[in-house]
Amino acid sequence: MIDSLDASTVQYLQAAALLLVGLYGIIARSHLLRKLMAMNILQVAVIVFFIALSTKFGATVPVVPAAATAGPIDPAAYVNPLPHALMLTAIVVSVSTTGVALALLIRIRRRFGTLNEPALLDRLRE
Amino acid sequence: MSEHLPILIVVVPLSAALVVPLLGRRSSTAAHAVTLATLAATLVAASVALTRVLRTADGVWQYELGGWAPPWGIEYVLDPLSGGMSVLVASLALAAAIYAGPYLRTSGPDRIGLFDSLYLLLVAGLLGIVATGDLFNLYVFLEISSIAAYALLATGGDRAAVATFRYLLVGTVAASCYLLGIGYLYALTGTLNMTDLSARLAAADQPTATAVGVGLIVIGLAIKAAVFPFHGWLPDAYTYAPPPVTGFVAAVMTKVSAYALYRVLYFVLGAEPAAASALVFLGWAGVAAIVAGSWLALAQSDVRRMLAYSSVGQMGYIIFGFSLGSPIAIVGALFHVLNHALMKGCLFLVTGGIRWRTGLSSVAGFAGVGRRLPLSATAFAVAAVSMVGLPPTAGFFSKWYLLLGAFEAEAWLGVAALVGSSWLSAIYFFRVLERLFLGADESRPAPERRDLPFGMLAPALVLALVVLLLGLFHQPVVTHLLERALPPTVS
Repeated sequence: MIDSLDASTVQYLQAAALLLVGLYGIIARSHLLRKLMAMNILQVAVIVFFIALSTKFGATVPVVPAAATAGPIDPAAYVNPLPHALMLTAIVVSVSTTGVALALLIRIRRRFGTLNEPALLDRLRE
Repeated sequence: MSEHLPILIVVVPLSAALVVPLLGRRSSTAAHAVTLATLAATLVAASVALTRVLRTADGVWQYELGGWAPPWGIEYVLDPLSGGMSVLVASLALAAAIYAGPYLRTSGPDRIGLFDSLYLLLVAGLLGIVATGDLFNLYVFLEISSIAAYALLATGGDRAAVATFRYLLVGTVAASCYLLGIGYLYALTGTLNMTDLSARLAAADQPTATAVGVGLIVIGLAIKAAVFPFHGWLPDAYTYAPPPVTGFVAAVMTKVSAYALYRVLYFVLGAEPAAASALVFLGWAGVAAIVAGSWLALAQSDVRRMLAYSSVGQMGYIIFGFSLGSPIAIVGALFHVLNHALMKGCLFLVTGGIRWRTGLSSVAGFAGVGRRLPLSATAFAVAAVSMVGLPPTAGFFSKWYLLLGAFEAEAWLGVAALVGSSWLSAIYFFRVLERLFLGADESRPAPERRDLPFGMLAPALVLALVVLLLGLFHQPVVTHLLERALPPTVS
């Protein structure tokens, strides 16, 4: 069993596990801040998945020295940089979403005095 | 200048969004004037681009961003479909921004700059989704528009903050699903360009991985488009948001996601068996949405909530039409995208205006309001009649095409849902109209007759007028625009 698990499979399993943890947290947790943290874990899962896509074993950073450009370039020797670039954008998105969410939570807490969902629903019904 | 129109549509509102908050610190009037001018310029740019696209024989305008050739660079694609959508988004954006002027001056003049900045970001994001030909770029614009929408929706008060937080969680799960789905397709093909991906996916020959990717993308976009049963975020978010925001967001935001769904399923994945299965699932979801949305709308006592549930049902119409896949059904669905944006925009603007003027938003509270705000109530009535689907309004013709498509496909359950929900919508809309025009207003002394200020009234009236005109002159729109927006596999 363990023999058949190479490092990239482990990365994919890690992404899947994080995804499930995130989804579970968003659904099952009753504190809104915990839901937000679970949402962040979900976003990290997607980032891990993309980074795992770009991994090649025995490859290095995709920077080709000027001296080496004379001959043909072996793509297997370099890691794919595109998923990393995409994930930089995804991280920015994640940070912005979290920022907006925290601002909302501050307002909810100030007005209703709680971030616990059952208690909050009680206040909303009043 | 004109060869850069596809990118200008997005860049103009995006750059104005950076200037407006700074200007707003000096003068809120100047900030709002700049916003209106920007949106008007965007509308002109989108219209010019659309006419240029319609004049060319093949009807596709590809624009290489920064001169980088696709598939390496990002490509913007304007065809009759995306061109038409961008004109629709830009015109509703302008209408709701004009409406926002008088509303913002009374509710918080010092925050006009910030409001307008977020609003411009929302518009730029939606236009970007429509114009881009790159799947990852679409994700970025999806999130730009969503984050701006979260902030705007939350300005409606404390309840709005709670509703928006829920929307934010659900919306982010949706965006993550979509992103993960792109990851699968990228892993299979090594490209993110829609045209290129479409060609390479067939060669990849990996049905299981393709199915997972397509499934994730469809779930992500279906949540954003509030397709039943993923509509849970919508009613609260629409009910508590400030009127100009609901008017715009309810009109176009879910439709732009439905557009993305249509674009991906027909233009990018048209040949994939997984896309066909996804369409079957969406068809059933659409029928369920039509039934559930209309039924739940009937049970609401708040007009805003009633309209929100009716939106769930109307998204069902659109998705059901797409899933049938015949030319006539898709034309019906596209026409309904256009009609529903105009009608629902008008209805939410008037409802918000009535609440702003009188403080009332319940069906019972609307009694006699038609006599106090006669012109607004007339606009509401025209849009409501069109929602029910009575000729000669535009709503009749899109429903007619959908019904023909359903007959052609022998989707009897769909036919029953379409007819049944029209009856239900007749009940819930005429209930409001009856109160509005015939209900007795018991308040003493009798309130004076005073309609909305011109800035709030005019957009609603224009939208109602367009609904009428579109119904009378639907034939040219169908032949010159909608039939040219069919995917190559269908037409």
